[in-house]
Amino acid sequence: MSRIFKVLILSLFLATSSMAGSDGQNELSKDANGGVKDCFETVNRGIFAFNQAIDGLIFEPLAKGYLYLPSPIRTGTSNFVGNLSTLLTIPNNVLQGDLGIAGKNTLRFIVNSTVGIVGLFDPATAIGLNSYEKEDFGQTLGSWGVGEGCYVVLPVLGPSTARDALGSLGNYMGGDAWYNVTVRNDTHYFSDFDYYASKGAGGVDFRAKNFDDINNLEENSIDFYASVKSLYLQDRRKRILNARGATQTQDDSDWEEIE
Amino acid sequence: MLVKKIIKTLLISILSLFFTVNSFSLEPKDFVQQTVDKAAKALDQNLSQDLKISKLKIIALKTVDIKGIGFYSLGKYRKNISDQKKEEYLEIFTKYFLKTFASRLAQYSDPKIIVKSQKKLNDKYTMVSSVLIATEDKPEVKINWRVVTKDPENPLIIDLIIEGVSLAKVQKEEFSSIIKSNDGDINALFKNLEEFVEKE
Repeated sequence: MSRIFKVLILSLFLATSSMAGSDGQNELSKDANGGVKDCFETVNRGIFAFNQAIDGLIFEPLAKGYLYLPSPIRTGTSNFVGNLSTLLTIPNNVLQGDLGIAGKNTLRFIVNSTVGIVGLFDPATAIGLNSYEKEDFGQTLGSWGVGEGCYVVLPVLGPSTARDALGSLGNYMGGDAWYNVTVRNDTHYFSDFDYYASKGAGGVDFRAKNFDDINNLEENSIDFYASVKSLYLQDRRKRILNARGATQTQDDSDWEEIE
Repeated sequence: MLVKKIIKTLLISILSLFFTVNSFSLEPKDFVQQTVDKAAKALDQNLSQDLKISKLKIIALKTVDIKGIGFYSLGKYRKNISDQKKEEYLEIFTKYFLKTFASRLAQYSDPKIIVKSQKKLNDKYTMVSSVLIATEDKPEVKINWRVVTKDPENPLIIDLIIEGVSLAKVQKEEFSSIIKSNDGDINALFKNLEEFVEKE
């Protein structure tokens, strides 16, 4: 854990430096094309290779085994970790000013935690509380106009930016109710294990859901690191804009000069 | 009398030619739906993987602006290379594109894509919106298609945007990363592409 905090503190420093300037976008954290700068590319590539090794040794085999489990078990696991993520989403809905969505997600959490048996089932979707979108503190900072800062790759956790890593600190400083009742406070009902097991299950579930896509991307990339970086940054941009249509996220000036 | 007859015949010929040409003009969303239906058919058939891949390559050659994607992927570097280098690049890029395109798609079996709408961005491009229908294991996926409509009779796909992520942009940034890490030497990209194409 202390290692994660060291990385996060380093990120805090990087993010703070990226917040100078009127629009929160420090020119120093932008590359020549206006994209997010990879300030520590050599280190990032090293951590990326380490993460790939961890994936090959742990996550990929677990995900492969997980895919053999009956579909209802996988759906239940996915629902369970998704329901816990609502606890992080709700305060971020509030911070982003989406009070209606915060209310809807609170109702969603209550219905799924009770009628849905601790979140294993998703009756909320069946009664119209659907279209759930995860939110986190990195997205909230982004919606407030804070720039990404440098691109970073975190050990085990994967691609991030200085801003998103700084946002993750919010989870550990009281922003995530699930972390508070398991690790932060001694509630006697939950232990640290419950938190880390749920995070591990979420990781395996994600890897399993994207098993072929990730393997296919790796197989068809001539620079897998650059592909993952581009995917991550584009996806974050879309989430921060809460974009529903593709035209909102695309830069058309990019295409104008093609003849 | 004869002159009148000739003029009448000519007019009829010109008018029929006009209507024939227009009948081939295709709305971008119909073009995308036809293309995905063709691709789904190639994937749905009980064919060997090799045959599926060769069918997908034929579809790509007819419906994708491979040259456009190639130049877009080169980004700013395309401005500084000779015409001869451009030709060399397009040749290797086409092979690379067809290999990755077919290999990426061949993993899907019987994908159900429904085209929803289209939005004209400008005279050159139209964005077509579609969804990949959810399956038991995977949720619904929004897919947008950037279609080049400079020649309305011959629309071509130039980018796929999956849940807000542009695949052409991913490729552009991948190519840029390789060139940058080799001190701006474009030959390093050519070498990487050639190695990839030759890889079994």
